[in-house]
Amino acid sequence: MLSRTAKSIYWMSRYVERAENYARFIDVNYNLSLEIGPGVPEQWKPLILATGDWDLYQEHFQSVTKSDVIYFLSFHKENPNSIKNCLIKARENARQIRPEITKELWEQINALYYYITDENQIKILLEEEPRNLFAEIKKGCQLLYGIFDATVSRNEGWNFRTIGQYIERADKTLRVLDVKYHILLPSTKAVGSTVDLVQWASLLKSVSAYDMYRKKNGTLNTRSIVDFLLFDRHFARSVFYCLIEAQVALHEISGNRTGYVNEAERRLGALKSMLEFTNIDAVLTRGLHEFIDDLQRDINSVSDAVQETFFFG
Amino acid sequence: MSSVDFSQYQQNGFYDEMFDSDGTIRPAFRPLKESLDTMSTRRLTQLQYASDRAQRSIGMTFNVYSDDQGIERILPLDLIPRIISGKDWNLAERGLQQRIFALNQFLDDIYNEQKILKDKIIPEHLIRSCPSFLEQCIGVKPPKDIWCHIIGTDLIRDKDGEFRVLEDNLRCPSGVSYMLENREILKRTLPDVFEKLMVRPVADYALRLRETLEYLSDLPDPTIVVLTPGIYNSAYFEHSYLAQQMAVELVEGTDLVVENNFVCMRTTKGLEKVDVIYRRIDDDFLDPLNFRKDSVLGVPGLFDVYKSGNVALANAPGNGVADDKAVYAYVPDIIKYYLGEDIILKNIDTYLCSRDSDRKYVIDHIDELVVKQTDGSGGYGMLIGPHSTQEEQKDFVKRINANPHKYIAQPVINLSRVPTLIDGIPEGRHVDLRPYILYGSEVKIIPGALTRVALKRGSLVVNSSQGGGSKDTWVLYEENEGPPMSSMMQQQNIT
Repeated sequence: MLSRTAKSIYWMSRYVERAENYARFIDVNYNLSLEIGPGVPEQWKPLILATGDWDLYQEHFQSVTKSDVIYFLSFHKENPNSIKNCLIKARENARQIRPEITKELWEQINALYYYITDENQIKILLEEEPRNLFAEIKKGCQLLYGIFDATVSRNEGWNFRTIGQYIERADKTLRVLDVKYHILLPSTKAVGSTVDLVQWASLLKSVSAYDMYRKKNGTLNTRSIVDFLLFDRHFARSVFYCLIEAQVALHEISGNRTGYVNEAERRLGALKSMLEFTNIDAVLTRGLHEFIDDLQRDINSVSDAVQETFFFG
Repeated sequence: MSSVDFSQYQQNGFYDEMFDSDGTIRPAFRPLKESLDTMSTRRLTQLQYASDRAQRSIGMTFNVYSDDQGIERILPLDLIPRIISGKDWNLAERGLQQRIFALNQFLDDIYNEQKILKDKIIPEHLIRSCPSFLEQCIGVKPPKDIWCHIIGTDLIRDKDGEFRVLEDNLRCPSGVSYMLENREILKRTLPDVFEKLMVRPVADYALRLRETLEYLSDLPDPTIVVLTPGIYNSAYFEHSYLAQQMAVELVEGTDLVVENNFVCMRTTKGLEKVDVIYRRIDDDFLDPLNFRKDSVLGVPGLFDVYKSGNVALANAPGNGVADDKAVYAYVPDIIKYYLGEDIILKNIDTYLCSRDSDRKYVIDHIDELVVKQTDGSGGYGMLIGPHSTQEEQKDFVKRINANPHKYIAQPVINLSRVPTLIDGIPEGRHVDLRPYILYGSEVKIIPGALTRVALKRGSLVVNSSQGGGSKDTWVLYEENEGPPMSSMMQQQNIT
């Protein structure tokens, strides 16, 4: 496979996953803002902090309001990670590799593109039914995963797509966990309070983890939620699960089964082993925010190694 | 419910492809007319809308370079197809075969022995002054002696309905994806008419194209690629479409590298040799070491590998000399010289300003003629006599006198017309015809074409950038012909 093609599939996949995650984040935070109760300020700043674009936000907006944050994360022209920009880049990458993907897949990316770039319609939807808008975007992206799954051969391109998707997803799950770190509670006593629990529940929902979490755990508590999102072996959005999937795809590409034969495999293997041999208590003792920070850095370095190994930069 | 209304349809004295001069419908169009007579204009408008949407949805767009993101436009597809009878087509087919065969021999001669110049059939200065003549190609022997592999000749029908050749496009003719996708859209739109008419299929084009390219290599399973300038090129949709349909890699210049006198592509597993390149990049940009030095689209050293026979290029560099507008005037002589035959598909009468008598005629009749620059294209460097001011005419006379060999002139041709839906009502609009020809083990004319239509009333300009649209082109079988019948299938088991 052409290196450029592999690179485009990888990035197309990452951008779609990013767009879908953003759509979910916004929707859930929107929901949360309705439930938070009187006297508690709406929590929109943590969302931007978690995406890592707080500095950029401040360049364009003086204050943090719901509508500004939503616009910044979804349609702002200058935000390279806005949903709109992600989907435009996803489509641009898809165009590069049009011969590699199926007609159905291309048509859905294209349909999503036309949906998101119809400025008049978007403006109306943002004002009148924002939750429908984000639900549509989320569904549009999920439809893409389904079409990918049902129409694309399990070849090298598929493996690059898988790596891209799961690396992006692991990163997003980590960022959502970090949102909770930034959310302010009225007082330290509020830990474990209704407000605290509502926040945790919405956080689980923002990564579509609520139902699966409840199947496994009867109660909502910080420890088991963090444990679930970091270490669960079966939940498709847990960080550990994402790394397993990415590792399988990497080995499929090289044909190697044990150890490593390239730098990407080495870094990912080391990272996965680290997760395998630590546990929730060690994480909480060390500090969740610090742990997440390191993990994000390590995941980025896996991505760098994938680029250097296969895409020549 | 009103149906499609032909009662106000005007022919205005032009050759109409659907109706003959006394208004009788031509037989090839009869089933179509019957179907349109029962179709409401509302339904037709819906179908038109669905067809536009289908084009967008598959990304059949071309870019207009202006905005930062570029505006993506579609080439409007008119739902009334252009139908060509088997008899008419067979004549065009024979004519095109003859023409391509002769032009290929001409190219081989002009870059090697130059017999046609030595025999003074074509003046040498005409070739020397032609910008598409590449000195670098002198002495080159392309694989299987083929110089033009993929051709899109522009034909028109004149006031008597006779086919004539307007332009030989030998370099990088585009539009074939429109021929293929228009057919897919029309099959969905007018399935019943399709059933009644025996329309010759075009769907195997990509397979035939692949065979044509494979033929250029002696390897059993050659690696073929399509070389594109990239996603911002206006024909990118077509490049990716063809690569996909042929199941070959779509590469950009930066994906290729010359290594040990072979062309290789950069893959995730290292370098892989490439044997045949269908390039959609112009000669000038192909190789910065041999042609334009500022080209970032090409591959340094590609031309050297080509010359040594380690990679095949389709089309062959340098073949533009055979579709030069001044050389065009000599095509009847070229056919006579190489094949000993009279030309089947006539040219448009062409006056070469480098000939004294022609130049005098052109200057005297400049208000009636179309004057073209020999190396111009896309409507630039052109004067349409009847639509020009005296000032413009004077300016052109001056230019012609200064550089006579750079100009030719032709009479204004009244292109034939086909009914075209304008706000749901059929009106006559001028069309041209671009069939596609593949030259591999034989010269094969694909039984279909891109019909471009000038959507503006009275306009003769069919270019997409100037309000042009397209039509699906249905080529029928001759009455005694038919599709090959496949053998009967085994019956399925039933309980």
